[in-house]
Amino acid sequence: MCGIAGLIHRGRSGDIGQEMTSMLQALRHRGPDSTGFALYGKPDPDHQVMRFKVAEQEDLAKGFRIHDQIRERKSMVDARLAELGATLEHEDQATEYAYRYIFKFDGDLKRLADYIEDIEAVEILSLGHALELVKDLGDAGRVSNQYGLGAFQGTHGIGHTRMATESDVDIRSAHPYWAYPFNDVAVVHNGQLTNYWGSRRELERRGHRFVSNCDSELIAVYVADRIDRGDDLEAAMTRSIGELDGVFTYLVATSDSLGMAKDVMAAKPMVLYESDDIIVLASEEVAIRSVFPHEIDTFDPYEGEVRVWKS
Amino acid sequence: MEELSREQESHRMGMHTEQLAGRTQQVFFAPEEAENFASPDAFDVDFNKRSEIDVAELTQQQVNLKIRELMSQGYGTIVVRNPGAKHSLGVGILNRLQLYFEGSLGYFGCGLIDGPIIRVSGRVGWSCAENMMSGTIVIEKNAGSTFGAAIRGGDLVCKGDVGSRTGIDMKGGTIIVGGRTGAFSGFMMQRGRMVILGDAGKNLGDSMYDGTIYVGGKIAGLGVDAVEGEMTDFDAQWLERKLAIYGLEAPNGAGNMTKIVSGKQLWNYDNLEPSEKKLVL
Repeated sequence: MCGIAGLIHRGRSGDIGQEMTSMLQALRHRGPDSTGFALYGKPDPDHQVMRFKVAEQEDLAKGFRIHDQIRERKSMVDARLAELGATLEHEDQATEYAYRYIFKFDGDLKRLADYIEDIEAVEILSLGHALELVKDLGDAGRVSNQYGLGAFQGTHGIGHTRMATESDVDIRSAHPYWAYPFNDVAVVHNGQLTNYWGSRRELERRGHRFVSNCDSELIAVYVADRIDRGDDLEAAMTRSIGELDGVFTYLVATSDSLGMAKDVMAAKPMVLYESDDIIVLASEEVAIRSVFPHEIDTFDPYEGEVRVWKS
Repeated sequence: MEELSREQESHRMGMHTEQLAGRTQQVFFAPEEAENFASPDAFDVDFNKRSEIDVAELTQQQVNLKIRELMSQGYGTIVVRNPGAKHSLGVGILNRLQLYFEGSLGYFGCGLIDGPIIRVSGRVGWSCAENMMSGTIVIEKNAGSTFGAAIRGGDLVCKGDVGSRTGIDMKGGTIIVGGRTGAFSGFMMQRGRMVILGDAGKNLGDSMYDGTIYVGGKIAGLGVDAVEGEMTDFDAQWLERKLAIYGLEAPNGAGNMTKIVSGKQLWNYDNLEPSEKKLVL
């Protein structure tokens, strides 16, 4: 089933870590397997923020060597960043296998991403000036506490609570997906794509990489590809309505925008609240009510609808 | 006049008669048989006994149990404050009741009901009033998709906009939408009437077997086997009377609404029931 949610404050920052946690926790019944957040803080054009993992949570139960391997993989990441000329300025470790780096880098971002991900079991969750992408197994409360997201301040964010149906219960298959190799683009999705494999092969032939077998990753890569070919976000999303087959509602966030798209059958839910200060979307209104307990006017976007808002 | 008084009597009881064409095995309500209509899960309530409950801190299960408890004590008018868009509230009520939700409901609100009069001051989520048998539901704001799925009777009214697949598989009763509806409204509709005062999305009435859809605004597109029918004076009078009950009006007059019916080109039925067919063969 899965639940998705997103919000964007207009012209100001807010407690988006806490707000997104509340909304995703309210959607827990739609899928408790994993939860993910893509949160957008104040953009820092001089620095890159990279969230990455060096193992899956389940790997920790696979023998004594894993702890050494995690250390070795992290050392390799450090070495490769230095080799490419990145200057590491700050480092956080949220779990034994998940890290957050802030560094200076002026080179080719795609080359950096490819070189880092070339290390066995290392996956970049996000890379950008504003985006911080966190995902792990468990519900929103657990993941938020684990990664200390409650105090996160920012302009907008999207999130996902997953019921695994067509791929594994692991971090790799959890949402959101970063739209590699583009700075600050992330996607969450509720639905099923029926032309996944055909579209994936087309995108792979164009040089894009996939880290999972989850159909939702295709949307992130598709949007990245369209942006790479000159579409703006709204144009890319509008094109996706005709080119992606299946039932879907998805959200895309960039450094300053939040967008939503709904397939032509309108088979997956989305409730929308829009005011002068904030836009909030979720698979169910009960999630929006966790942020706005008072009475508000909400509505469902219609079939084939695409909307984009700026922060 | 006799038919009108029967209808009025039915309406007073929260029940509805249906004018059906063709053959049906469905049994409809007759007011004079009211005393035979009883369910072991129905309660004898008094509209003058009123209770107000604040459900902000209750779970959806606790809310429904509380409503049931009040009905069992004879309360016939219940006001529910702060429903907070919780799911499945007000479901399975099988008796007369005046139930007021001050706020919004989540998914599957007021489903499987038979008789109550319900008013929602806010919005309702997906699948409101699914399988409703009789009664009246009025929603003051918007509604989500699959509004009134498979309803068999009663009046289901949303004064705002409604999502897609409104009245999918409806088998009777009346759905009224004050604003617009999304795609596939009236999909596989079998009986009853749907009134859309605003615009209707694409594939309206797709594969409808029977029933009637009236549209006051633009139609994005008709579905397979849905065709435009002839608006009659009877249609216009019925629409005016029905809409007036809920304080609504057709934007350009009831007589100028577009009537959509089944073209019946997809019907693969003959005129015999299976048991009759056996006898003939």
